[in-house]
Amino acid sequence: MAFDYDKYIRPGKLPHIWCPGCGHGIVMKGLIRAMDSLNLKKEETAIVSGIGCASRLPGYLDCCTLHTAHGRAAAFATGVKMAKPEMNVILVGGDGDGTAIGGNHFIHACRRNINMTYIIMNNYIYGMTGGQFSPCTPTGAKASTTPYGNPDPGFDIAKLAIGAGASFVARGTAYHAAQIDKLIAEAIQHKGFSVVEILDDCPTTYGRRNKYRSVVEMMNRLKEVAVPVKAAEKMTAEQLEGKILTGVLHKVEKPEYCEEYAKVLQRAQAAK
Amino acid sequence: MAKKVAFLQGNEAAAHGALYAGCRFFAGYPITPSTEVAEVMSAELPKVGGKFIQMEDEIGAMAALIGASLTGVKVLTSTSGPGLSLKQENIGYACITEVPSVIVNVMRGGPSTGMPTGPSQSDVMCAKWGTHGDHPAICLVPASVQEIFEETVRAFNLAEKYRTPVMIMPDEIVAHMRERIVFPEPGELEVVDRTAPSVPPEKYKPYDTSFGDVPPLAAFGSGYKFHVTGLNKMQDGFPTTKAEIVQAEEERQVRKVEANKADIMKWEEYLCDDAEVIVVAYGSTSRSARFAVNEARKNGIKAGLFRLITFWPFPEERLLELSKKVKGFITPEMNLGMCTGVVKGCIEGNAPVLGIFRVDGEPINPGQILDKMKEVK
Amino acid sequence: MAGRYEIRFSGAGGQGLILAGVIMAEAASIFQGIQAVQSQSYGPEARGGASKSEVVISDDPIDYPKATVVDALLALTQEACDKYSHDLKEGGVLLIDSDLVKTKPKGNFNVVAFPIINTAKNDVGREIVANIVALGAMVALTGVVTKENAEKAVLARVPEAFVELNKKAFQLGYEKAMAAKG
Repeated sequence: MAFDYDKYIRPGKLPHIWCPGCGHGIVMKGLIRAMDSLNLKKEETAIVSGIGCASRLPGYLDCCTLHTAHGRAAAFATGVKMAKPEMNVILVGGDGDGTAIGGNHFIHACRRNINMTYIIMNNYIYGMTGGQFSPCTPTGAKASTTPYGNPDPGFDIAKLAIGAGASFVARGTAYHAAQIDKLIAEAIQHKGFSVVEILDDCPTTYGRRNKYRSVVEMMNRLKEVAVPVKAAEKMTAEQLEGKILTGVLHKVEKPEYCEEYAKVLQRAQAAK
Repeated sequence: MAKKVAFLQGNEAAAHGALYAGCRFFAGYPITPSTEVAEVMSAELPKVGGKFIQMEDEIGAMAALIGASLTGVKVLTSTSGPGLSLKQENIGYACITEVPSVIVNVMRGGPSTGMPTGPSQSDVMCAKWGTHGDHPAICLVPASVQEIFEETVRAFNLAEKYRTPVMIMPDEIVAHMRERIVFPEPGELEVVDRTAPSVPPEKYKPYDTSFGDVPPLAAFGSGYKFHVTGLNKMQDGFPTTKAEIVQAEEERQVRKVEANKADIMKWEEYLCDDAEVIVVAYGSTSRSARFAVNEARKNGIKAGLFRLITFWPFPEERLLELSKKVKGFITPEMNLGMCTGVVKGCIEGNAPVLGIFRVDGEPINPGQILDKMKEVK
Repeated sequence: MAGRYEIRFSGAGGQGLILAGVIMAEAASIFQGIQAVQSQSYGPEARGGASKSEVVISDDPIDYPKATVVDALLALTQEACDKYSHDLKEGGVLLIDSDLVKTKPKGNFNVVAFPIINTAKNDVGREIVANIVALGAMVALTGVVTKENAEKAVLARVPEAFVELNKKAFQLGYEKAMAAKG
């Protein structure tokens, strides 16, 4: 029997705003399958986002949904989680939202290792505003604000998250749709701040400026550059040139923020 | 039993007032001269099961505050000028999403870093127009340590009752000054909680105006699922660009405060009945003004004090009434004429308004006000 | 007490002058049952710079919280003395550290000088209690709060382990001021 997405979709809220060929819908379906596999209760799950195409995702899900200001999802979500640690808190958003205007909140959520899951849909462009370059746009690429090619070096989101202290970091792609739900489910189950970067594409504002003739061509690129971490272990540096590792990249156990704060409560109350 | 008495700083009183009101969440960022509010909250909240978090920046603090408030707790943050500028983004978010929140802003010199340890009253316009777009504004300007406590309790009541951010803005002098405070007993001051929905989850709409201009707010994690967005929204919380809905919702959000001004506004009239010259003042400046008014009366000058306790909404109608029987107003303030302009704007030219402005980090002393009274003919 | 009595404690940041002012105000407000307001002004420095703490004491409610005409001034440094003595009233009390304030301000003041910091350092044994020595002296010279109430206020503020140290500092300050007053 086909999977029933409807039980997590808000009645009457589709169609979504995403363009044909956009990967965000694939990610949303992966998230729904992950939530279902873990049997997450909708009324006990908060989906929090910032601003951008990817950040419109919460509106479609039948949960406690919070569509906040640009870049601020992690900070809003921290307030939700801290005040009500028993809630499942899942953040969704794009690369510009999360790593430029929201970069500070992102690294500090990683540092605190607060038990939330952040799904970053990295299409290396600001899609909603019409294709300006983001901190994840490849050097040299064309965007509406880099008509002569992008001079900026880009962020590696996964490395950024690991460096900042996130205890679970994974990467997938919109092409590898069947893997997305598994990565997200493992991230949600992990205790601590978990980051799942999903590479997807924006054919509308990135593809057409960068000589991708079709969505299929963009999808094929994702297929070609992705190398599972296990496979990469057996490959040489030369073979890995230009490739992107996928799968669970980092997983460690560390003190979780809400649990640590519970100890603060105990100490304060013992001293009273 | 004798009531508990203490000798406290204004900032400490704000924190204790918040705890009295039932505040159980604080998110902040260190900034002079408001930091004592955060320090007291960090020590006291965990004792009562509340949560304190120092965020990575001012913007994040306001964001975390709104997130926490949506789970049903009463929330507080504290800041000062530069931090208030940063918080404006999410203060606007709290306005449009109608999430109760209380912000203590201790007024120091500005703009920008300005004079971090010096007093000012130059944020009062920022309380109303700091964030972009049309939105309601409630701003309280207490003048004593006891009043900071009581007005902080009232700030929470107004935030919860009207589903809106409320600012409480002591100037640095009042915030750092120490005075004797008598703690009210539990139950002595009114404490208002937000209205929870009376309908089951499947019928709930977060902006359901069939319950009036202030619809009940459900808590995340209480069985209710709903959508919250900073976009213009419909009654069910989902975004819309439909002209008539956007117009109606924007008007309602401002109306819920404006139509309830009588409930929100608070001021004190001291010797105003027969006054020929009225000093309109707030915060620590009102204390200089009272001194000056008492001195003036000794010298046969019929002076009075109109002390603002809420700055927004502003008591325009009452000042218009008074303007018909006085020879003039004096408006001392630690800025270059913010209140003065508002007073001028509401008295229809009935009387001259003479401002006394200081932005040098020094308080306006009673002598300056007495001198200015001589100019009222 | 008729009207306001205004005391200013001044010196350098880190000398504990704000605390001295707070204790004086608590002695009046909490222990003596009259009105008091304490305020301060300070710079960005946690240590050094000129710092002042003002206490207004009155039988009646206090409106203006800052000094208008200062009745009694403590100056622990020359810089503070130069900066904060301009509004000391004629005949007012000027308490200075005789080692550190060499140039007295012009005017007709009731000057009391003794080595406040050295008293703390050598006679009490800890320089850190210079503020309490100064407070004891101020209590003796101003008479606006009783010695007993001031001592209670000091003890209410200090940790258990430092009670004796502070008692001694307060007592020595009180005695030396009385002696210096002549």
